[in-house]
Amino acid sequence: MGSTLAEKVWNAHVVRRGDGGEDLLYIDLHLLHEVNTPQAFDGLRAAGRAVRRPDLTLGTEDHNIPTVAVDKPIQDPVARRQSELMRANCAEFGIPLLRIGDAQQGIVHVIGPELGLTRPGMTVVCCDSHTTTQGAFGALALGIGTSQVEHVLATQTLAMRRPRDMAVTVDGVLRPGVTAKDLVLALIAEIGTAGGQGHIVEYRGTAVDALSMEGRMTLCNMTVEAGSRAGMIAPDATTLEYLAGRPGMPRGAAWEAEAARWRALAGDPDAVFDREVVLDGAAVRPFASWGTNPAQSVPLDGAVPDPDGFATASERAAARRALEYMALAPGTAMRDVPVDAVFVGSCTNGRIEDLRAVAEVLDDRRVAAGVRMMIVPGSAAVRRQAVAEGLAEVFDRAGADFRAGAGCSMCAALNEDRLRPGERVASTNNRNFEGRQGRGSRTHIVSPAVAAATAVSGRLAAPDDL
Amino acid sequence: MEKFTVHHGTAVPLRRSDVDTDQIIPVRFLNHSERTGHADALFADWRTDPGFVLNQPRYRGASVLIAGRDFGTGSSREYAVWALLNYGFRAVVAPRFGDIFHGNALMNGLLPVTLPEATVERLWDVVTAEPARRITVDLTRSRLDCGDVGASFRIEEGARRRLLSGLDLIGDTLRHEEAIAAYESTRRSAMPTTTSV
Ligand code: SF4
Repeated sequence: MGSTLAEKVWNAHVVRRGDGGEDLLYIDLHLLHEVNTPQAFDGLRAAGRAVRRPDLTLGTEDHNIPTVAVDKPIQDPVARRQSELMRANCAEFGIPLLRIGDAQQGIVHVIGPELGLTRPGMTVVCCDSHTTTQGAFGALALGIGTSQVEHVLATQTLAMRRPRDMAVTVDGVLRPGVTAKDLVLALIAEIGTAGGQGHIVEYRGTAVDALSMEGRMTLCNMTVEAGSRAGMIAPDATTLEYLAGRPGMPRGAAWEAEAARWRALAGDPDAVFDREVVLDGAAVRPFASWGTNPAQSVPLDGAVPDPDGFATASERAAARRALEYMALAPGTAMRDVPVDAVFVGSCTNGRIEDLRAVAEVLDDRRVAAGVRMMIVPGSAAVRRQAVAEGLAEVFDRAGADFRAGAGCSMCAALNEDRLRPGERVASTNNRNFEGRQGRGSRTHIVSPAVAAATAVSGRLAAPDDL
Repeated sequence: MEKFTVHHGTAVPLRRSDVDTDQIIPVRFLNHSERTGHADALFADWRTDPGFVLNQPRYRGASVLIAGRDFGTGSSREYAVWALLNYGFRAVVAPRFGDIFHGNALMNGLLPVTLPEATVERLWDVVTAEPARRITVDLTRSRLDCGDVGASFRIEEGARRRLLSGLDLIGDTLRHEEAIAAYESTRRSAMPTTTSV
């Protein structure tokens, strides 16, 4: 029996097969951010331990930093203290750190690939559930908790039982205006927030092959919203094209050798998956969430569902709670839902391709009166490129607020970018949980194109509606 | 890590599914950098409602939380586990847990007990009728008992042994330092490092 992509990467990193079902895996890249790490460093200090491989570790400031006045000291006292702690910890243990204002700074899952650090076949961990993003390169990329961060810092390994394998196959051609975001929302709506639990999902099929690396990252990013440990896509020509010429990438014959290795990572044709899901790419429509978890999503053409229509008592109760929180009546057409704000950004949709999609819709249009639109680049490099391509001007003319700084911003509302209680937002982020974008905030998860069309119309809308 | 062997206490029913870690501890409370001091932040947005179950005097002092399906999904924040522990919980019972939360709980000695939905519903009924009813979570026998409800549960063997002995996983891994070094010596020089960034 052949091996899956995930199995190949896993097996290549086993330091030791443990008793009790856990393997000890070597970690090739360990990314850190400022919010979930201080306790891990405290643990190291308390035990008198060093960081085994600071040269395989990289810190970034992204979660709580401001997206304005990035050249000035951080104003918010809590954020400033966390950043100071991060800087002191990285300095003490010799870990490179990208700080606010640095040319390469950005959201941790955006910069890993951008800097050429995330490569096929690697193991990547970060104290953040959306580390799954980086599996788009055929890496095994896992979100971990703070205690595990401490373990990786001290040992450069992670003790873990190998998750099961799940295949998600999407054939067919996505219709114009349908994006990876819609695809993944459709998937989660179908399989549920625990549909991938305990599994590593491998995406395949012609619709996946046709996605850009940005689209693949969006897909893998939200894989965690289906409860999966990781999402992966086998490296192909698209992957190699993205990687070629990235910083530190080998050249010439050495590049050819790496590329050959990476291509060989693809799962064997006779590999067996524990679970398989098939979606028809051509049937996917632009999606939007209506509730308080990402599975509570419907096509934009649809309506807010009636809680009584759900199969189980717990689903009915969850839908009722969600509608109450979202202040939506069953049967309301999704296109009739008005918004107060639009947020474009996050590790899900804060890359250059996402900003291009937004600019295409906003070109020669205006953000509707009464709606504020915030666009936050996923990295400083994304912002530079958006300026170079003239996207920033389009945003400006449309009346959108294109932020100077890159970071998580209103995705998690840890900095001052947040909604007021009761405000409703069309957001390109990944989570519509209660209070996620500010206490009492109401989130509709959408693609960048839908976010932009919604900003123009003031109600949930697709570009074709304009 | 604190040991977990046998725990006796009382339980509180949280009749909700999909309790994500943003609800367990809202993001605005991720503002201090210790593992302790997060008790007040636990379910902070829900606790503003006087009727919320944790606010009911009859459940004061409960140390086992009985929750609905898919508890601890979402963000990887270990603060969610610390907040539950700081508040006084030693175990959480649910039909299904978010993977990362589950792992974080095991690393901190908060026992995640997975039981079938029907059993959880019966437990809810027992502790709703009798809030003072004693609940026993016995990891040595992998068994939970409360009133006339009794059930076995499974915890992965490695984690179970660590919990029973209070073993420090990092210390344990460092005993295999030679194996780590041996693996490391086989890594190819083409692999990226962060020092060039
Ligand atoms: S952008 Fe949002 S989801 Fe992504 S790492 Fe930041 S807070 Fe997490």
